[in-house]
Amino acid sequence: MSELLGVDRLSVHFPARGGQTVRAVENVSFSIEAGETLALVGESGSGKSTLGFTVAGLQTATSGSLRFQGETLTKATWPAARSKIQIVFQDPFGALDPRMPVSDIIAEPLLIQRIGNAASRRTRAAELVEQVGLPRDALNRYPHEFSGGQRQRIAIARALSPAPLLIVADEPLSALDVSIQSQVLNLLKEVQEASHLSYLFISHDLAVVNHLVDRVAVLYLGRLVEVAPREALFAHPAHPYTKALLDAVPRIGRARRRHSGIKGEMPSPLNPPPGCVFHTRCPKAQPICSKVPPALEPAATPGQSAACHFKEA
Amino acid sequence: MTKFILRRCLQALLVLFVMSFVIYALIGLMPGDPLDLMIQSNPGATPEVVARLRAIYGLDQPLYLRYLHWLWDALRGDLGFSRTHSQPVLEVLIPALWTTCKLMLISFVLSVILAMVLGIVAALKPGGWIDGLISLGAFAGISVPVFWLALMMILVFAVRLHWLPASGIANVGDGSLLDHTRHLIMPVVTLALANTGGFTRFVRASMIETLRMDHIRTARAKGNGEGRVVLVHALRNALIPVVTVMALSFGTLFSGALLTETMFAQPGMGKMIYDSILSNDFNLALSGLLFATLVTLVSNLFADIAYGWLDPRISL
Amino acid sequence: MRPDAAIGVWTLRWRRFRRHRTGMASLFILLALIAFVLAAYPLESLLHIDPDTTDLFARFDPPGPGHYLGMDEAGRDVLIRLMVGGQISLLVGLLATVIGGVIGTIIGVIAGYFGGRLDGVLMRFTDGMIALPLLPLLIVLGAVDLTKLGFSADFAHSGAAGFWRIVIIISIVDWTSIARLVRAATMQIRERDYVRAARAAGAGAPYMMATHILPNIATPVIVSFTLTVGRVILFESVLSFLGFGVVPPTPSWGNMLNNAQELVTTAPMLAVYPGLLIFVTVIAVNFLGDGLQHAFDPRSEK
Repeated sequence: MSELLGVDRLSVHFPARGGQTVRAVENVSFSIEAGETLALVGESGSGKSTLGFTVAGLQTATSGSLRFQGETLTKATWPAARSKIQIVFQDPFGALDPRMPVSDIIAEPLLIQRIGNAASRRTRAAELVEQVGLPRDALNRYPHEFSGGQRQRIAIARALSPAPLLIVADEPLSALDVSIQSQVLNLLKEVQEASHLSYLFISHDLAVVNHLVDRVAVLYLGRLVEVAPREALFAHPAHPYTKALLDAVPRIGRARRRHSGIKGEMPSPLNPPPGCVFHTRCPKAQPICSKVPPALEPAATPGQSAACHFKEA
Repeated sequence: MTKFILRRCLQALLVLFVMSFVIYALIGLMPGDPLDLMIQSNPGATPEVVARLRAIYGLDQPLYLRYLHWLWDALRGDLGFSRTHSQPVLEVLIPALWTTCKLMLISFVLSVILAMVLGIVAALKPGGWIDGLISLGAFAGISVPVFWLALMMILVFAVRLHWLPASGIANVGDGSLLDHTRHLIMPVVTLALANTGGFTRFVRASMIETLRMDHIRTARAKGNGEGRVVLVHALRNALIPVVTVMALSFGTLFSGALLTETMFAQPGMGKMIYDSILSNDFNLALSGLLFATLVTLVSNLFADIAYGWLDPRISL
Repeated sequence: MRPDAAIGVWTLRWRRFRRHRTGMASLFILLALIAFVLAAYPLESLLHIDPDTTDLFARFDPPGPGHYLGMDEAGRDVLIRLMVGGQISLLVGLLATVIGGVIGTIIGVIAGYFGGRLDGVLMRFTDGMIALPLLPLLIVLGAVDLTKLGFSADFAHSGAAGFWRIVIIISIVDWTSIARLVRAATMQIRERDYVRAARAAGAGAPYMMATHILPNIATPVIVSFTLTVGRVILFESVLSFLGFGVVPPTPSWGNMLNNAQELVTTAPMLAVYPGLLIFVTVIAVNFLGDGLQHAFDPRSEK
């Protein structure tokens, strides 16, 4: 397999009130292979959406770089990459312009990228509407005429229109009814098989992730704490935070453990704790954890790495 | 809070400074210039004399130099000499300011009282026929041209009914309070009517919104009488936005005062500015306009501060 | 899905508007007013009256055949002048609103879309404009001698110069409320995901404004434009009345009241008609704005 996207020591900081800095993403490196799905998991406030926005070109990095198809993305190379990287948002109600007919919405990335002419864009929109399982007459209708699940299908069709190689899916299921979630999940799988797509699938929910992804990256307070193939992560999580997240997932045949959840709340990214950022809530914390930040290093299973002084080896 | 006030003061000063230059430049663009008037009254002046006069008065200098010169004098309290009044500008300005303040203050109070009563009554039953009538009246107040309203008042009360004098502040030789009051009635009522419309709409909207809030329901549920609920609980909250809007309406009020004074021949700031522009009295026009700007800026500043002070939710 | 989901949003709005009694009434009054001012053309050719020709033997003639509202202080037909003056007043109202509205929209969209320091500068500028006393400023602008700006004396004293001068001075003074409204609305839309999606696809600012932002802020802007028309008509009437606006012999509802102070005693109806027409027009425009606001607000659906 070949690398499609490489994220190299990426940091995103925001200025905050009183001259402070929000360190939303801090020194994050990972990669996505062609055709692979990588889940980016974390609580709200972990910086996962900021990271996703940066990959989709909606946010500029403070430092570090992105590599796409082997080429570092700069001001000069971004425009060409834009049609190859698309994004699907969480809220299907805010994601579609209420004043545009569906055909224009779907073909919009083509129009912006000046791909094809009006007729060829219409044809492409018609193909895509069928591919995402909407009736053909949807093309001339407006977003308010559709349900949440249908709108998310339209958003997916829009993301697919310029034939991208990578789709950043920012919690695309969490705003939908449970009954609709699996339909949209299946659609994401189908289109991936049809066009050999990669996903950066952002989620706060490990249970959803289990059905779709190849690898999982766990984000805590803007730092990557563990990256592992899905089976390895679910079978033997190496980082105590991953373990805690897994314990919070209800599973059939096993009672949800009561006091397994992590204590307290995530510290503010304005003022992250020194050393390992997780030590304030970690059951395994030792004196060293509050002093030395751990590096992301290989753990027990091949392909698995974790940033913890006392990772499960 | 102090930092906020300071910042706003600095901003207001900056606006005043910029405006002083803009108005100075605009006044220079008005027809005629001070020398033309001098030449007119002295047809024998040769071109050489005119040129020398220009140099003496600094009129041959570029605009910004003349402006800086004027600004330096103005900052030392010398606003120049009014040509039409043959008096220093300040001595014309201050009595005019007093007349305008009197007119504006009385009609402001009158329209606030009227607007409160009408707005609250309308808000008690939104959509009812009383509300409809009051809203219609309020729209009429917003939509009527003030000068025409003044004209109609004169037509009815002075020309037809002979109840009130049409213009001036007092009859010659009659300095009694009654006479002064009779002369003030029509200007005050005209200006008040023109402002009541907008105020009423704000009071009404604010009251309707407040009466829908939870703490009002609680007050009702606790068994408070409706009158107490409306007057004590709702009004206090409804007043916050209203106070700001009213303070911010100073500019409109001043525009209205300018027209009312002109129509009823009241010797106030508005009429003074208007007359000075018509008669090319540059110094007076300039100072009058700047004064109007200054007073508007100060009242807006007060509105901002009052808003922050009345509403604790706004952190400044 | 709502049962009426298939109905277009404008159909729904029209339905809501139709139920707004004062709004509908205003619409009819305004249409009638437009018909009235346009009736000047057929009436002029039918009765062979020229609105500008004076006849000193016919001063203050009472209404009679051919001159249904009588003659004014210079012996001109009052009815025709009301119609032609109305054309001027309404046109000034529309043009100044559109020009000022475009200025305000451009400034508001730029400030709201780009944010940051540019927004700061533009909004300080707008705040400064809002803080000014409008009428005195308009009077000074109205008094500006166009020859000193390099225009020829012929042009400076022509009717066209008077007309365009008032359109322009009102529009450069009265754009602030629209700029603020547009800025606030733009800042809301800017954060919508569909705008983000277009940005991720590489859309630039002009595309974004034209395609996503302006269409989505159109409704509050339309209401604001409507209310501005009323305000502009009032400004025009005041300035023309004071002698700084539309210059005679071109009539406007405002300058027909130029001599009103004397007219009140000699021929009061001459002072009543133009003002009444201004009043009716502005109140109708304001009620129309109120009706539109009601129709555009989804919360007003009961």
